[in-house]
Amino acid sequence: MTVSQLIDALEMKLLTKGTDISREIKGGCVCDLLSLVMANGTEGMAWITVQSHLNVVAVASLHDFACVIVCDGCEVDADTVAKAEEEGITVLSSALSGYEIAGRMYEKGVK
Amino acid sequence: MTERGSATFEEIHSVEKGNFATAGQGAAAFKNMLKKLGVNSSVVRRVAIASYEAEINLAIHSDGGKLVLSVYPGKIRLVSEDIGPGIADIELAMQEGYSTATEEVRMLGFGAGMGMPNMKRCSDSFDLKSALGKGTTITMEFNL
Ligand SMILES: Nc1ncnc2c1ncn2[C@@H]1O[C@H](COP(=O)(O)OP(=O)(O)OP(=O)(O)O)[C@@H](O)[C@H]1O
Ligand SMILES: [Mg+2]
Repeated sequence: MTVSQLIDALEMKLLTKGTDISREIKGGCVCDLLSLVMANGTEGMAWITVQSHLNVVAVASLHDFACVIVCDGCEVDADTVAKAEEEGITVLSSALSGYEIAGRMYEKGVK
Repeated sequence: MTERGSATFEEIHSVEKGNFATAGQGAAAFKNMLKKLGVNSSVVRRVAIASYEAEINLAIHSDGGKLVLSVYPGKIRLVSEDIGPGIADIELAMQEGYSTATEEVRMLGFGAGMGMPNMKRCSDSFDLKSALGKGTTITMEFNL
């Protein structure tokens, strides 16, 4: 599924402007520990996390993730959104839990 | 980007103590430079991960330092050098899960104790020298 399809299917909020939401989501991870994501991340992943500071964008960008999904209704700083736009990283937010988002993505064939 | 010594390319990135908001910029710059040079993407990825972890450690654990990336015909060398405080027990510091990160930075998702193991795993050779009160120097090499 693409990032755009994910936004529609799970009614997510798209926080960034001008990034590529037609990208295919090739996998996912649910994790709030940056060095674990750094170790296990691969290109095209959707990263579900409650972290929303600038370093999240750095990690997502180094791995060329398809998007970052800030879950559980956590707030995302304007700084983070600006940096993500600069780096071309799509940031979404959702009131759903990481568990639910991952489960629904898996159901839709993201494995 | 300058030509120096026998390295084809060299790039230096300084990291200030405590400045982890901008940490990641050095790793991003290195990644872009290596991509432009046409380095194999799996090597670029490994250097980027190692640089990022080294850069974050400089910001969080050191009193300040720098990263130096040098590209040679057959290999890439990445050196992280800082001015202190040094590491008391290197073996312990290298263990997965060991971390002295403060509660404050743990809240931000740092402190899993995975950074140095990540660096070691990503590089083809890894050397860590440290002296308390003096500083830490980590030298990593990646074969091309
Ligand atoms: N440049 C440094 N100067 C002094 N101490 C360091 C330095 N780099 C690492 N350390 C010490 O080594 C420990 C382990 O580092 P490592 O990068 O593996 O984990 P971490 O930084 O604590 O957590 P993570 O990298 O998973 O966010 C650190 O907690 C710190 O005590
Ligand atoms: Mg670390």
